[in-house]
Amino acid sequence: MLDDPAVALTILVLALFVGIEVISKVPPLLHTPLMSGSNAISGITIVGALIAAGTENRDLATLFGFLAIVFATINVVGGFLVTNRMLAMFKPRKKSDS
Amino acid sequence: MSETTIQIAYLVASTLFILGLRNLSSPKSATLGNALAASGMFVAVLATLLAQGVVGWPTILAGVVVGSAIGAVLALRIEMTAMPQMVALLNGFGGAASALVAGAELVRAQGLDPATLAEMGGSIKASAIVLGTLIGAVTLTGSLVAFAKLQELVGGAAVTYPLQRTVNGAIAVAVVVLCVMIAIDPSRMDLYAALAAVALVFGVLLVIPIGGADMPVVISLLNSYSGIAAMATGFVLSNASLVIAGALVGASGLFLTKIMCDAMNRSLSNVLFGAFGAQADDGGAAAGGDQGTAKAYTPEDAAVIFSNASSCIIVPGYGMAVAQAQHAVAELTEVLESKGIKVSFAIHPVAGRMPGHMNVLLAEADVAYERLIEMDEINPQFPETDVALVLGANDVVNPSARADTSSPIYGMPILDVDYATNVFVIKRSMNPGFAGIQNPLFFHDNTMMIFGDAKQVVLSLVEAVKNY
Repeated sequence: MLDDPAVALTILVLALFVGIEVISKVPPLLHTPLMSGSNAISGITIVGALIAAGTENRDLATLFGFLAIVFATINVVGGFLVTNRMLAMFKPRKKSDS
Repeated sequence: MSETTIQIAYLVASTLFILGLRNLSSPKSATLGNALAASGMFVAVLATLLAQGVVGWPTILAGVVVGSAIGAVLALRIEMTAMPQMVALLNGFGGAASALVAGAELVRAQGLDPATLAEMGGSIKASAIVLGTLIGAVTLTGSLVAFAKLQELVGGAAVTYPLQRTVNGAIAVAVVVLCVMIAIDPSRMDLYAALAAVALVFGVLLVIPIGGADMPVVISLLNSYSGIAAMATGFVLSNASLVIAGALVGASGLFLTKIMCDAMNRSLSNVLFGAFGAQADDGGAAAGGDQGTAKAYTPEDAAVIFSNASSCIIVPGYGMAVAQAQHAVAELTEVLESKGIKVSFAIHPVAGRMPGHMNVLLAEADVAYERLIEMDEINPQFPETDVALVLGANDVVNPSARADTSSPIYGMPILDVDYATNVFVIKRSMNPGFAGIQNPLFFHDNTMMIFGDAKQVVLSLVEAVKNY
């Protein structure tokens, strides 16, 4: 699908604009969860890891693929779980406080 | 699954990532946002696994099980005060994964017939392989050094040595030359191994000269790198979801990096190459002598002041995290409120060791997020505030940044605590802060120093205020 580099670059540039637009609306209050959450999203490289490990090919590529899956899965699972744990702690003021 | 179905699944995944990030715009919807992003990842993984041609299930299963177990244990066990280390480590793993994926692609390409391999030379794919490897490897070792500094496995101070810039410059040139050579001739696996090795060393060298107080910038930047590395692997594999997700994370990291640099009034290159902490450490410690004497008070003295106060702004810094004082601070907040004192928190963007560090700690201690107020919003309130309580923060409340053009931190936006009627500063000793710069705030007439461990002092303060 992305064999034409121009298409890939188009997607890249548009995605960068979307990224800056969306992220500039995240309040500083949530910047730590933003970092851990976006970090988990960068674990999307797991898709590449699955392709690398899951294709009939040379041994070294499979080993790289296996290690990539381990690292990317730590990133994905660890990142989303810890973000969820943090976000669950952000609570609004109780009624009795105000 | 047909090719089109798979591509549409990737599109769904990318959309869920964007919606997920968009929901982080408010604490109310943020948990949903995280769940959306996580389900996007699930869709992307599922689509990849169901694609024709994926074999090697035992390898995949083993990798996923091992990775999930490690990730889950890390995520559930980590202390909130250690969140900067955790994020640094995760950044590093993300970078490692991307570098390995790029490497696997190059290894696989070696199996092609020589003519096809030669044709790959100079292509976008070959360039993306070297770029993904380079950035991924730098992210890995750079993050591990950041982790070691934050975890205090090594000293947090900036490490400098003679000819540092020359050495880094030479390595940078070597990296560029290797990248170009491999991109032109992808059959050179020997050069590829050299590139991986040099990039790993480069990551270490880039982060060791950066001091602990500059970690918010470094972590943000490494966060961005992990995204850019994923984006590069997207070009390697011609996969749109990797390009999009990588670009989102890359943009996010760069955006946070800019905010952190602005909050210190420094350029990115100054943070990365300035070795700021080391220079200032030399003369800073002795510089306070002529400024008068700081006055030491006890928590009981403070309780007297609090008995006449109606408003208090607490300014937390890294010292609160080190002392694990957030729960004691939450208790103090409740006691003060019960005495009719209005309490809010002033959060400087670079307080702590990563963006938003203080907010997470206070949220953990059940402080309602409405109390956590950003710098620009709270600064006008200090002149009308009876008590400003500075807790383990130093440079972010240093009035020199406003007035003293000779100060190394001149121009840095600060919290105007000195405008409050009374200022309490809780500090271990008179040692200057991480940047090694003496703080005239400590010698102001309206400033009262309370020396001791942040947690112990706050707990005594709680008792003193209760009993007054």
